Amino acid sequence: METLFFLIITLVAIVSAILVITFKNPINSALSLIMTFFCLATYYVMLDAPFMAAVQVMVYAGAIMVLMVFTIMLLNIRVDASKKHSHKIFLGSIIGFITFFNLAYILFKSRAAAPTGPYSVDMIKQIGHTELIGKEMFTNFLLPFEITSILLLVAIVGAVILAKKKI
Amino acid sequence: MFDNVWLIPLLPFIGFLINGLFGKKIKNETVIGGIAAAMVLGSFIVSSMTLINLLSLPSEERLAEVKIFTWITSGTFNADAAFLIDPLSCIMIMVVSGVGFLIHVYSIGYMHGEEGYYRYFSYLNLFTFSMLLLVLGNNLLLMFVGWEGVGLCSYLLIGYYFHKKSACDAGKKAFVMNRIGDFGFLLGIFTLYWYLGSSHNVWTIRFTELANNSHLLPTGGIVTVITLCFFLGATGKSAQIPLYTWLPDAMEGPTPVSALIHAATMVTAGVYMIARMNFLFIRSPETLTVIAVIGACTALFAATIGTAQNDIKRVLAYSTVSQLGYMFLAMGVGAFGAGIFHLMTHAFFKACLFLGSGAVIHSMHGALHHAHSHDDAQDMRNMGGLKSKMPLTFITFLLATIAISGIPGFSGFFSKDEILWQAFSNPHHGSLNYLLWGMGALAAGLTAFYMFRLVFMTFFGECRITPKAKDHLHESPMVIVLPLIVLAGLSVAGGFIGVPKLIGDVIGGIPNYFENFLEPVFKYSAEYMAQHGAHSGVHSHALEWGLMGGSVLIALIGITIAYSLYVANKGIPARFVAAFPGLHRAVYNKWYIDELYDYTIVNPCKAFSQFLWKGFDVIVIDGAVNGVAKTVMGFSGVFRLMQSGLISNYAWSMAFGVVVMLSYFILK
Amino acid sequence: MENLNGYLIVSAILFSIGTIGVLTRKNAIVIFMCIELMLNAVNLTFVALSRYLGNLDGQIFVFFIMTVAAAEAAVGLALIIAFFNNKETIDVDDINLMKW
Repeated sequence: METLFFLIITLVAIVSAILVITFKNPINSALSLIMTFFCLATYYVMLDAPFMAAVQVMVYAGAIMVLMVFTIMLLNIRVDASKKHSHKIFLGSIIGFITFFNLAYILFKSRAAAPTGPYSVDMIKQIGHTELIGKEMFTNFLLPFEITSILLLVAIVGAVILAKKKI
Repeated sequence: MFDNVWLIPLLPFIGFLINGLFGKKIKNETVIGGIAAAMVLGSFIVSSMTLINLLSLPSEERLAEVKIFTWITSGTFNADAAFLIDPLSCIMIMVVSGVGFLIHVYSIGYMHGEEGYYRYFSYLNLFTFSMLLLVLGNNLLLMFVGWEGVGLCSYLLIGYYFHKKSACDAGKKAFVMNRIGDFGFLLGIFTLYWYLGSSHNVWTIRFTELANNSHLLPTGGIVTVITLCFFLGATGKSAQIPLYTWLPDAMEGPTPVSALIHAATMVTAGVYMIARMNFLFIRSPETLTVIAVIGACTALFAATIGTAQNDIKRVLAYSTVSQLGYMFLAMGVGAFGAGIFHLMTHAFFKACLFLGSGAVIHSMHGALHHAHSHDDAQDMRNMGGLKSKMPLTFITFLLATIAISGIPGFSGFFSKDEILWQAFSNPHHGSLNYLLWGMGALAAGLTAFYMFRLVFMTFFGECRITPKAKDHLHESPMVIVLPLIVLAGLSVAGGFIGVPKLIGDVIGGIPNYFENFLEPVFKYSAEYMAQHGAHSGVHSHALEWGLMGGSVLIALIGITIAYSLYVANKGIPARFVAAFPGLHRAVYNKWYIDELYDYTIVNPCKAFSQFLWKGFDVIVIDGAVNGVAKTVMGFSGVFRLMQSGLISNYAWSMAFGVVVMLSYFILK
Repeated sequence: MENLNGYLIVSAILFSIGTIGVLTRKNAIVIFMCIELMLNAVNLTFVALSRYLGNLDGQIFVFFIMTVAAAEAAVGLALIIAFFNNKETIDVDDINLMKW
């Protein structure tokens, strides 16, 4: 049952990912990408990481994609049929396939033999995924977490300055 | 006990910084000169305190090292910025800061109204700093820093009137000749350090440690090589044959500079260096012979040139070379104490002579300037009869002249006679001793002759400048005369702290304070001589009295000849010149040594440099450099095409590179 | 966890599709989306392996990657807007000022 569900989700994810790179209109690509992101969120749920799934939907499917769609609308790019939208598709596909085989090989080869960490599935289910992530985040990873706030601040300032009319 | 020692060199350095950095803004000459002189006076006071402290210790404990900070530490090599306080360095700092202070005061008056007044005083302070560093340094490297520092200041001050080509050339000549010597000095340091370290595992350049380990050194052999290298350094700095020709040319600098640097202090650095490393030099009889012979030859040779010079400062310059020859003669016969004693008395009377000549030149210059005459203010043929015009200058000058001539009772007599006696009686050179004594005594006679010739030509007879200028001749201001008086007093009385034992016994048991004071410094060489002393020279009181009388007699003969030639019968010198034109020309032109160097060394060097410049540099070096540039340009022309500026191209290269790298790691 | 290989293969496929998109598309915004796709593929690997190893560090890492992605999106899109304002196009082949 679960395997079947996994296969369906996988099919949707891959098809929508292919659609992202084949649609002529960027708005269509963006919508396909949102579809892929939802599929990934589903994977996260299946992997017993509900908090990650929630963040995935909120940050990616929500914030980032909204930003993209807004940008596309703001720029109002006319789809010019005479102009090619992509080039060197054949060569690009070859490189893509080689990349895939390389990655698959490396991921299989380098896989760890047995579970080593302290967080078993039972423990996650008992205590709760969000709480565990929160504990980890605010104890061991407190400083990096604080630094991300500075990163975001810088990004905001940069975005505001860059997007002004005249630079 | 010696906590304040660091102040001694530091004070002049502060003066250098103040005048060097802000002198241009201060403008007020009194303030500039006052600061410079006050700093040196401060050093002198601290030096005096150091001397008093040192004297209060028992003589075997008179040795202290004051570490200021760690300077260089690298593996086994260790050099601290530390000062060595012992009787030798104490005498040197007293002489340097004392005479230096008097000359600073004198300069305030002498340099009045000169362009670059602050520059002069900052250099002078820098010189004092370097010289004090040289004599205080407790290791060879720190000494070398001071050694180079005084060389630099000498160069800067010789070329003080840098708009005059002759002054610039003289500065360069001094610098190049000193470099030759410094090269020897450095080689000496390296060889000594390497030898002691590699064969006895004593890695040190500290004087005290070197002295304590000197028993490890062999007699002769490598020590001869080392000491000859050091002696080459000394010949450069102290103007000995063959590197002496820069010193007479150095008279292009202001006269107080000649007095301080080229008579009293810097040129004696070579003597000090040998005395400081007496334990090393005593172990090489060959080197001692070389030093003694070169010293005696220089003393005689320079004295002959001095007899025919007409420029007042050049006479004194050759006199300095000659007297330095005496000091090296003393070093060469193992009479280190006597050499240092002569160094000190020489500093007194030669500084007095130079400053006196400076006062004369100053006055002459002013008078000639008023009369709009273009005669040379330094040429003795234009002088004469200044006795009545400048009485104080005359008296001090005369006293110093008597001192240098070796008339009994004056300081020069004690030191010079001690050297001559040691040259005669030392156990080092066998029958060569008689020759050394003969050359020394002859040089003493010549010294008396040319010095009195100078006095007679300058101060006696009738005035030979235009009558108009004559009225403007006058005594110098007090700031110039006072140092003269002090120095003349020292020239007269300074000798009594080192009365030879023979005379001291006769006139009431005055011990030789100076020699006794210095004794601990030379104890290693004394021990060595006690062990290896083959035969202990000639010792006979009658002989010593006789030789003393002989040298005084020779000096008196010299004075008499000078009197008869330049005061009584004025026609004789001209007739003498007419009778032996070749000889006079040769002596007048300094035996053509400069020309000889030009033909044998300087011109071939120039030709070789021309070849290196036009042949080697232009074709090989420039060719290589330009060739590299052209090759890079060619390659960049090709590689430039890769930078298309299109983002997709960069993305493609990146993806391609990643894929290739991943594939390589997988397929490996 | 029995299905780890499946997740890893999906991740590799998505990453490769993203690469192809970056290399072949000319629209700057689409290229941008492809980059996001690649980042997400990596995230999937992280979460899968984190779950498999029983170690939460991988998920924390995903969290940081998301933060960086958000910052990158903000700045990148601002850049695209600025470029569009100057050139009236977002075709990457027209972005050629880097030459000379």
